[in-house]
Amino acid sequence: MSFLNLNFMYIKPIAPELIITCIALILMLLDLIVRRKEVIALVGIIGTTLALYLTFKVYGLAGPQTVFNGMFVLDGYSSFFKFIFYINAILTICISLKYMEIEKAAYGEYYALLLFATAGMMIIASALDLIVLYLGIELMSLSTYILVGIIRHDTKSNEAAIKYFLLGGFSSAFLLYGASLIYGLTGTTNIGAIAAFISEKGFAGNQMLLLSMALFTVAFGFKIAAAPFHMWAPDAYEGAPTSITAFMSVGPKAAGFAALGRVFMVAFSSIKVEWSTVLIPLAVLSMCIGNIVAISQTNIKRMLAYSSIAHAGYALLGVIAGTNSGLSSMMNYMFIYAFMNIGAFAVVIMLRREGFKGEDLSDYEGLAKNHPLAAALMLVFMFSLTGIPPTAGFIAKFYVFMEVIKTGHVLLAVIAVLFSVASAFFYLRVVMYMYMKEPRGEVILTTSAPICIALAVTALIVIVFGIFPSSLLDFVSLAISG
Amino acid sequence: MFLGIKACGMPGTYIPSNYLPILIILIVATLVGLTPLILGVLVRPKRPYSIKLSPYESGNPPVGDTRYKFSVKFYIIAMLFMVFDVEAVFLYPWAVAYDKLGLYGFIEMMLFIFILLIGYIYAWEKGALEWE
Repeated sequence: MSFLNLNFMYIKPIAPELIITCIALILMLLDLIVRRKEVIALVGIIGTTLALYLTFKVYGLAGPQTVFNGMFVLDGYSSFFKFIFYINAILTICISLKYMEIEKAAYGEYYALLLFATAGMMIIASALDLIVLYLGIELMSLSTYILVGIIRHDTKSNEAAIKYFLLGGFSSAFLLYGASLIYGLTGTTNIGAIAAFISEKGFAGNQMLLLSMALFTVAFGFKIAAAPFHMWAPDAYEGAPTSITAFMSVGPKAAGFAALGRVFMVAFSSIKVEWSTVLIPLAVLSMCIGNIVAISQTNIKRMLAYSSIAHAGYALLGVIAGTNSGLSSMMNYMFIYAFMNIGAFAVVIMLRREGFKGEDLSDYEGLAKNHPLAAALMLVFMFSLTGIPPTAGFIAKFYVFMEVIKTGHVLLAVIAVLFSVASAFFYLRVVMYMYMKEPRGEVILTTSAPICIALAVTALIVIVFGIFPSSLLDFVSLAISG
Repeated sequence: MFLGIKACGMPGTYIPSNYLPILIILIVATLVGLTPLILGVLVRPKRPYSIKLSPYESGNPPVGDTRYKFSVKFYIIAMLFMVFDVEAVFLYPWAVAYDKLGLYGFIEMMLFIFILLIGYIYAWEKGALEWE
């Protein structure tokens, strides 16, 4: 009987996840005692920062570490994605404090759920086993479903949550079906062991393997909101509280890409040609539908929802390249996308005030006259989302396009650039409204210190990495090699 | 192969033979359930009339519709019940394998119960257990 089988080194690589989970639990209890939501938000931010520090400390000290019989790994790839998730959580907390009060939905659970969702994403990024991956996806999704519908008195929010829940549950079923098929084929759920088994037995052309890959594509397609699995996105993004729209357009999408990259590049490495053939139409459709349908939107949240579909298409190009540098260009894309998208949503949130939605495009008319700074920030984010230098969005797109050209998909790069040009229409329309139209009525901005900090950080990152991209690229290449 | 399960044209395909008892019990359970029903249909005399076809309510004539709206309060109680029911389900195998799991298993189970306890306190404080 091994009575004292306690080894605390064992839990070191999952320390960040444990911290985030513990802080989320503490927030739930704190909410019962403390009235002020600022305290809860602050504890949440401190906990996330602590987890960020621990991630890089533990990883920096010992390099990649695998625990729980090879089911969980802390490596450069997962650390990089975790960095995105931490930033996403912190920035979301910053932009939601004031906003949730205006929406009359200032619940303490909100912050706990944000952290639970973040813990789920972190598990996804670190999962080396399909069961652990599924666990992470469920933890992330269930928390996000509730967050989408957290404005309980708003039927639109409820509707969005139900739609997201039904389609999300559907995609989870696809994932499980794909996992069960591959388990039937190889007898293991470990991602590394699956790859080893397939290459050892020469199963590359196996139809069950291809079917499983297709099912995984559907499941991840849902999570990253790539067309034709994007149907839930515009409704869910529009109905959700704006801060949650920002959160879920970055976090779950990046988590989906993390899982996609790991499963396809490792478990399905032997059928790279097949899956890149499947992903190419997905990417092209996403860019096409995302960019073209966004043109006809008058609601800015819906427009940004379609834009996020289009961005999933661009980031998919990095995966399609199928090389390590292609994957790193995708990671680079998700990193920059996180900042520019949350920044844009922060400006959208500022327009919301008591009795005024501020979600219509016409609300932006003449914004530059009354609020030149807010308009200038929105200009930076819109330029970055379009991909105009010297913003970071250009660097993101540049490297993704370069990777697909390097692997011989020149036509794909041409299509992507063309759609990118089309996207300029609706991004720059916002800029045109702000700078070239006369203000209709007076727009009062709701500002608070946290949202100003969030805006300053996002704008700074977008501009700095647009001018000096090398430090970010070094970070990414370090992450992918580790 | 056993019970006619074959790897359909795929050499070396993994067959999870450990799960074979589950398959057998599934088949047996289905048969045990269906056999009396099918036998009943074949054997029993068929003489239906309206009173015989009406739903059985302990001998009284049926009153009203069975589709009755329940209070939404039952929903929270049901959710809470499910959580603690699943907790009990996890506790049984843990108790059976306690000797093998040792202190490590004990601590893990205590953590699990502790997390559920936090949920319980939360639900209690939020008034989920109050009926009115």
